[in-house]
Amino acid sequence: MSTVTTTGADTAAKPRLKTSAMIASIAAEGQRTRPAPFGHALVELARQRPEIVGMTADLGKYTDLHIFAQAFPDRFYQMGMAEQLLMGAASGMAHEGMMPFVTTYAVFASRRAYDFVHQTIAEENRNVKIACALPGLTSGYGPSHQAAEDLALFRAMPNMVVIDPCDAHEIEQVVPAMAAHQGPVYMRLLRGNVPLVLDEYDYKFELGKARLLRDGADVLVISSGIMTMRALEVAQRLEADKVAVAVLHVPTIKPLDTETILREAARTGRMVVAAENHTVIGGLGEAVAGTLLRAGVAPVFRQIGLPDEFLKAGALPTLHDLYGISTDAMTASIKGWL
Amino acid sequence: MDTRQDTTPLGHNVPLAERAYRIRRNALLMGEVQGQGYIGQALDIADVLAVSYFHAMTYRPEDPHWEGRDRFLLSNGHYAIALYAALIEAGIVPAEELETYGSDDSRLPMSGMAAYTPGMEMSGGSLGLGLGIAVGIGLGLKRKNSASRVYTLFSDGELDEGSVWEAIMSAAHYKLDNLIAMVDVNNQQADGPSTQVMAFEPLVDKLEAFGWFVQRVDGNDMDAVVAAFDAAKSHPEPKPRMIVCDTKMGKGVPFLEAREKNHFIRVDAHEWQMALDALDAGRTA
Repeated sequence: MSTVTTTGADTAAKPRLKTSAMIASIAAEGQRTRPAPFGHALVELARQRPEIVGMTADLGKYTDLHIFAQAFPDRFYQMGMAEQLLMGAASGMAHEGMMPFVTTYAVFASRRAYDFVHQTIAEENRNVKIACALPGLTSGYGPSHQAAEDLALFRAMPNMVVIDPCDAHEIEQVVPAMAAHQGPVYMRLLRGNVPLVLDEYDYKFELGKARLLRDGADVLVISSGIMTMRALEVAQRLEADKVAVAVLHVPTIKPLDTETILREAARTGRMVVAAENHTVIGGLGEAVAGTLLRAGVAPVFRQIGLPDEFLKAGALPTLHDLYGISTDAMTASIKGWL
Repeated sequence: MDTRQDTTPLGHNVPLAERAYRIRRNALLMGEVQGQGYIGQALDIADVLAVSYFHAMTYRPEDPHWEGRDRFLLSNGHYAIALYAALIEAGIVPAEELETYGSDDSRLPMSGMAAYTPGMEMSGGSLGLGLGIAVGIGLGLKRKNSASRVYTLFSDGELDEGSVWEAIMSAAHYKLDNLIAMVDVNNQQADGPSTQVMAFEPLVDKLEAFGWFVQRVDGNDMDAVVAAFDAAKSHPEPKPRMIVCDTKMGKGVPFLEAREKNHFIRVDAHEWQMALDALDAGRTA
């Protein structure tokens, strides 16, 4: 298995960055992390909710569901490498009063099994929770494993709640919130050793709520997922340049907290930058843009996100730089726009 | 072996052939309302539905969500006209609603959807969904130690869908002996005869190789269908059960049986009454 080679490697010869394939963690070297927050949170929740079952399509070990499987072997269902079956069978389980947490990679849930999620889960409003690893650009394996459009696809599906959590602290809170919501939910899953960031912000996840993590008078970054982590780093860096960056974290992509977004974006004099680990088509950025336009709020608006193209294979740090979603690239973009 | 009470109010005195006749009649009346419908399929599957609802399954017409019921999943959602006909005959859907079929605000839309109709347990329309859902329901029923079974009807054309084979493989893997699937082999799908669109024979051999208990019957032979359902319920092996039902499109209405075979049989406005008359002429009960 390949690993991330971080820029901190200070050896004589610069190491060649290797393809970040199905890496276990997106954490940077030295970053605080917590192991398998999804798996552990699900085990804890399942102790109180006997209706929870875990189902996967041959990716239990790669979505941290193996932790649930070890704790509750008789509540774990291996459906084989068959994502269409996974979704249909999850619908059937929910039909019988179970609460399935199903896992696979985001590409397979959103592309391979889309009709099965649409028809057997969303249309029937079944109580199925879908948690998918490798969201957006979190694998350097190539387009087959890069779910650049998962948010757009699931946003477009009626009844579906869509969540893009930032870190381990948030995932631990999202899991019980998914269960508390009656109906289908899609969560972007960060697995393995997951960065720990939001615990320092006295942060509490609330379904459907955006949260201003820091204020600033010059730029408002509206972000979700790992881009919130990046935005907080960008904000710290730009402090040195006397640029005050506010960060509005929007973990729930749908239903969108339009009230908070409009309130923050309407404050005059701030450039609004939407930042997402997702194609610029149909994700958070366009959702925010539409919200602003419909309300007649018209700040200077910029979008950071993945381009409308099949992304390259390679090392994640390289690719994040290339496509403008690394901290360095994002800092440079915002400085350039000021 | 099933100790639960059959609570169907008319359940004991009406012969199955009469049930099948009334299901066909209900379907023709709905087809007349819309001037269209998958009537060829409704007529071919009426005998299987009669056996399902008036011989094999346990349910309470007044309480379609009764926990102890057997589940029935209509995977081929375009057969909804046939299932509505059976649900009306079973007393789950009031007969007065028949004339609303396919109309705005009706509980009987042309394609079967779970949210619309009492007794409709899944949303069909997109083919190849039902068997996978049935696997989940079969697993769920076992989790609950329920004695209920899950029945699912699908069409031979759905055998083209990879998802069907995913479900076939997994049902055997999980030894779902509470799952009874019926595949309607009327040899007709959208683009032509199913066996020519995509060859699926030898079907029994394939299904047996996948680990199922398989029976193949003339789906319009009432005694054979009854025997197949009885055997499917009582078979001792821990295997899912498949009943391959060879049926005849338009069954019971000779001029429709003879009509050029088509996925969507054309019936002209003046022919609906002729079809009802022809059905009456062949009534055996």
